[in-house]
Amino acid sequence: MSKIIDELLYSESHEWVKVDGNIAIIGVSDFAQEEMGDITYVDVPAEGDSVSRDEDFGALESVKASSELYSPVSGEVVAVNEELEDKPELINEDPYGAWIIKVEMSDKSELDTLLNAAAYAEIAK
Amino acid sequence: MKYYDKLIFELSCPGRTGYSLPTSFDASSRANLCSPEKRLAVASSVSDAASNIDSTAETGIRAAVPGKLLRESALELPEVSEVDVVRHYTNLSQMNFGVDTGFYPLGSCTMKYNPKINEEIAAHPLFAGLHPLQPADTVEGAREVIDGLDKALAAITGMKHFTFLPCAGAHGELTGLMLMREYHMARGDSARVKVIVPDSAHGTNPASAAVCGLEIVEVKSGADGLVDVESLKPLLGPDIAGIMMTNPNTLGLFERQIGEIAGLVHECGGLLYYDGANMNPMLGKVRPGDMGFDIMHLNLHKTFSTPHGGGGPGSGPVGVGERVLPYLHIPHTSGFHGNFGVMLRAYAYILMLGRENVKLAGPLATLSANYIKESLKDSYKLPIPSVCKHEFVFDGLINDGAREGKTGATTLDVAKRLLDYGFHAPTIYFPLLFHQALMIEPTETESLETLDAFIDVMHRIAAEAAENPDILHGAPHNTPIGRPDETGAARNPVLKA
Amino acid sequence: MAGFSYFPHTDDDIRVMLERVGVRNLDELYSDVPADFIYKGEYDLPATMSEQEVRDFFEGLGRKNTTLKVFVGQGAYDHYVPSVIPYITSRSEFLTAYTPYQCEISQGTLRYIFEWQSMICRLTGMDVSNASMYDGPSAAAEALRMSVACTRKRNKVVVSTKLMQNVLDVVATYLKYPDIEVVYAWDVLEALGPDVAGVIVPSICRHGVIQDLTGIADAVHAAGALLIEYCDPSALAVLKTPAEWGADIAVGDGQSLGIPLCYGGPYVGFLACRSEYMRKLPGRIVGQSVDASGNRCYVLTLQAREQHIRREKATSNICSNQSLMALWVTVYLSLMGPEGLRRVNELSCAGAHYLYDELLKTGRFEEAFPERPFLKEFCLKSLVPVPVLQQKLLDAGFFAALELDGYVTFCVTEKRTKAEIDALVAVVKEIAL
Repeated sequence: MSKIIDELLYSESHEWVKVDGNIAIIGVSDFAQEEMGDITYVDVPAEGDSVSRDEDFGALESVKASSELYSPVSGEVVAVNEELEDKPELINEDPYGAWIIKVEMSDKSELDTLLNAAAYAEIAK
Repeated sequence: MKYYDKLIFELSCPGRTGYSLPTSFDASSRANLCSPEKRLAVASSVSDAASNIDSTAETGIRAAVPGKLLRESALELPEVSEVDVVRHYTNLSQMNFGVDTGFYPLGSCTMKYNPKINEEIAAHPLFAGLHPLQPADTVEGAREVIDGLDKALAAITGMKHFTFLPCAGAHGELTGLMLMREYHMARGDSARVKVIVPDSAHGTNPASAAVCGLEIVEVKSGADGLVDVESLKPLLGPDIAGIMMTNPNTLGLFERQIGEIAGLVHECGGLLYYDGANMNPMLGKVRPGDMGFDIMHLNLHKTFSTPHGGGGPGSGPVGVGERVLPYLHIPHTSGFHGNFGVMLRAYAYILMLGRENVKLAGPLATLSANYIKESLKDSYKLPIPSVCKHEFVFDGLINDGAREGKTGATTLDVAKRLLDYGFHAPTIYFPLLFHQALMIEPTETESLETLDAFIDVMHRIAAEAAENPDILHGAPHNTPIGRPDETGAARNPVLKA
Repeated sequence: MAGFSYFPHTDDDIRVMLERVGVRNLDELYSDVPADFIYKGEYDLPATMSEQEVRDFFEGLGRKNTTLKVFVGQGAYDHYVPSVIPYITSRSEFLTAYTPYQCEISQGTLRYIFEWQSMICRLTGMDVSNASMYDGPSAAAEALRMSVACTRKRNKVVVSTKLMQNVLDVVATYLKYPDIEVVYAWDVLEALGPDVAGVIVPSICRHGVIQDLTGIADAVHAAGALLIEYCDPSALAVLKTPAEWGADIAVGDGQSLGIPLCYGGPYVGFLACRSEYMRKLPGRIVGQSVDASGNRCYVLTLQAREQHIRREKATSNICSNQSLMALWVTVYLSLMGPEGLRRVNELSCAGAHYLYDELLKTGRFEEAFPERPFLKEFCLKSLVPVPVLQQKLLDAGFFAALELDGYVTFCVTEKRTKAEIDALVAVVKEIAL
């Protein structure tokens, strides 16, 4: 049973969102990191890049696989977690602590279309 | 195999030389070797403390080329004597496993025996010294090789003509898709930007399409592992450039509805592309041109016995039918005439086979694959029991030995344990449709004793797994190295010495 | 069934196998193939030949070729091939091995590729090299695609028309179909703009002139683009490296490092880059690791970039490399070392400059690029009809004076002796002015 945190919102492609004012902090769920196995690299956008709901903004790489990261919200990337460059395994060790990007949202109503913890638990089996 | 842990750089010692070059371009100077100055120059050029002809020679380049265009940093290449270079690479080779070492049942790779007559022909001095830009009348023999191979491949495949520029299968696919685009562009049909690919396709298919500016649309396979024609129909429309298929498909199954598929795709205005990676069982039995394919590539290093070389050089000639023939020579995907040395080998092979033996190549490969399948289905899960062609897929062990406190043996574990018994593993984890896929392709060049020995070992491994999967988890035990830390290699890449 | 040495199966073997499979004959194995598709005729191929007949056949074809003294380059160089190399590359453990996916039994292949990667980096000054490409021209095309992948939103590239023709042809082919705009320019700086992803220039132009790339990298970087340099790896022993010029990616063909001409192939391309672009490098890469016992070993790594995993998101579709040719070059460089490679260039340079001067003295040529420095390849303007010049040289056994952009091009390597050069010049002197 993978871990799910109640206070967060989730996308169907296994990203989590923590809302902080107008900023969406984005990472991947415990289920996602378990599926990937040992993560060897995180392909991230640059600060200032724009992202759109459901479009890919990067990828997680493991030895034998690669998985696109899809943005749960639209907006501008205001921060990228630099620690992941040298230590991508942080996502495996602490998926809810190791955020990947922070996005200044352009349309907060998109949050309403995301899943709450209970709904996500149904997919993350 | 013996573990040998050196890199050539570690054998380097300043002043060692492994080369032999004239001391100057002036050949007549060799006649003056008796003169004291020349002797001194030659002698000091081979001594460790040299400076000498090299420094006087060096003024040559320094006189001809301004300093700011010259290399600044020292060039750190190994300085090793000839005998040590030979020993180093000989020792490296002894950590390698080739077809000549043992059975190599890699599905989709067609690791058949590489005849040595091919090597002799490929190294023939009357071909080796030809510059690719020499005038046509000085390379008539080379042109005849290319024409002869073209005719032979056309006869075998039912296509009209081939281009030999692509250097590999993926390269051929790319070229073939470019031809598909040329065909539609010439008709002014710019809407056709999608290519249909079965969900069982190899990763090069979507990658090649993307390189070519095309989008992939996947068509589902049915429960029988074949393209589901009913799923195909709704995908066909005016935006379809064509369909890419391999037949037999990646499961080793013949797409028996190919006639209907060809009709449907042509009707909607698209072309059919044949991925020739699985041509081996078709050799001597079925021609892609007869099945309605418009464009195809062949892998000379698979079907036509040229050696894999550790990952190349190969050759991926692309053949076309009438529809696409006018565009054949438009794409230039390599710099000269293609991998001519590889073409020589393939041509020699076809001549050795001749029209009589080519008819047996496919059937014997198919018989061998089915023989192994029938012999091992008692120990390995066979998701598709029908008669296969040159290869088939198992989906892991029937009894993987999983129990309290022990995880079961995976396909990876089976593969690694096979190495201990002196066999190369089959292809693993492809196609993606089966999670513990083990794809086995024996080819037609293996004797019954070899097949039986393989079957015997696979049974033994299955028994080991059932009794104690840890034997497999720790494999390989008898190879120069054990399983490497691939995660560490990817997280902290060290990519050069 | 008559025996054939590549098919071990005897009639008895076949009988045993048919029984196990449960079919009556070989044809039944194809019963799922619609009857119309089973080829029933005779294949239009010659009858089977014995080895001796194959030898005679190719001997006959070989004699229809003329091996000439090669005085032309243009991407295929007649450099000396050390005798050791084919003995190593024809070792069957190297020759008949597959791609090293089972690394425990492929450490030989993996180690020489690691050595190749290392040597390419040392030659070019770059941080990372891949396991090789098909050839130089396709490597150039892949590098341009890579620059687009590295600069996310940009999709325009600038290609110098100073590159050799076959490089331009292959680049044009690769870039014709995807959504990439190509601008060709003799002076690439004139075509720079904010939407350019990559710029490719040669280190030696198609006419043999060594390029002064001062300021180019700075200008390209200021515009936010990547600089790709196409170079002759042999010449890098003496010429400024791509890294020293500030380039981001280096490409070229390893054929000049001891690979025989062989009518154009197989050769081997290389692609190397600065560390920040490593993740976008196409093709295979070998990395160092350890096994569970701490033994140093080598593996294919960073595979998540490649086509079999990224599929349509991969930078390239490239699957195989030219592994055995990479081994060829690695052994060549191990034998030559820095001194040997320098001497190859010195001898070639001396011979080329001697030929250049002697040809001018005949009065049948004019300088094409006076005062411009060259190494082993150069162009001249012919004052005699070119077809006559070429034919006379051919008749005397020389392949030289290839027509290029209205000039004629020559190349001299260390294999060409003074006697050969003098003989060529003597032929030229006989041509009426």
